Amino acid sequence: MGPLFSPTVALAEKRLLDVKLGEIFSWLGTRDFTPNGLIGGVRKGHDRYYNKYINVKKGGIGGVAMLLAGYVVLSYVWEYDHIKHDRWRKYH
Amino acid sequence: MLSRLVLVSAPVLKNGGSFGACAVQASRSLHTSEQKKAPVPPLPEKGGQTRHGIIPEELFTLLYPKTGVTGPYMLGTGLLLYLLSKEIYVVNHETIAAASIGAVIIYGVKKFGPSVAAFADKLNEEKVAKAQEVKDLAMTNLTQAIEEEKKEQWRVEGRQMLFDAKRNNVAMLLETNYRERIHMVTNEVKKRLDYQIELQNLHRRMEQEHMVDWVEKNVIKSITPQQARPSLRPCTH
Repeated sequence: MGPLFSPTVALAEKRLLDVKLGEIFSWLGTRDFTPNGLIGGVRKGHDRYYNKYINVKKGGIGGVAMLLAGYVVLSYVWEYDHIKHDRWRKYH
Repeated sequence: MLSRLVLVSAPVLKNGGSFGACAVQASRSLHTSEQKKAPVPPLPEKGGQTRHGIIPEELFTLLYPKTGVTGPYMLGTGLLLYLLSKEIYVVNHETIAAASIGAVIIYGVKKFGPSVAAFADKLNEEKVAKAQEVKDLAMTNLTQAIEEEKKEQWRVEGRQMLFDAKRNNVAMLLETNYRERIHMVTNEVKKRLDYQIELQNLHRRMEQEHMVDWVEKNVIKSITPQQARPSLRPCTH
């Protein structure tokens, strides 16, 4: 899935960054939200990340570090309701 | 760098994960898509780049045309200040724990990163070298087999000469046999003819002798004693 080869590509096959703002909802309509489609999307995303950052000859720390950093951020977001009580000031 | 250790064990997991899909597709027909003759493309040398380990380089290239080099850093600083001032990120005991752990991790990565990377690279090299060895061995074996096959084909050409020689031998045997039998036939016929000749000679001789004897006997018989006396008298006197 490299750069567009023709200026008129069907909406369903465009990648998210190539979709214009006006057509973003119709683009969402073409996405496959069935359970199979969701699992397929997860697998494709995993394959893309894996092949870009991990499945290389000389990978760096970035591949694993980004996953860990994402996990840290996600767990902070899940615990935010509990952390809210440690705030220093009441009004911001 | 840790990803290189992951790479040592990841292909096993990856192949194991996709095995289920292969088992499902085995019921469909095989070899329907066109075969790609080119060898499998090699792994890319370096993965996607990251700045400071956790921010992908794509963000920097995205913002560079509009904001230059310091753009993402200003974005990061502004974001951090916003999070702190609105206390979306709360500074508590966990911040200190995270800071200490982060410091230790960064120190460890900076100090031991290259050596671990070299070790993982060495493991990979050994695996690749082993596979290459197997492949080279197979190649030498196959080229040797090709050589020997060619030699066998050359030998088969020589077999034609062998067949010609054998054919000559057989022809000579047949010829010899034929001539022997011709000789035998000639000898037998000659023997029989000689026998007939001897037989005829014998007949003639016997007839001759018999005739002579008969003539003698008749002559002696015809010589009566009266005729014989006057002729015998001079002999005794």
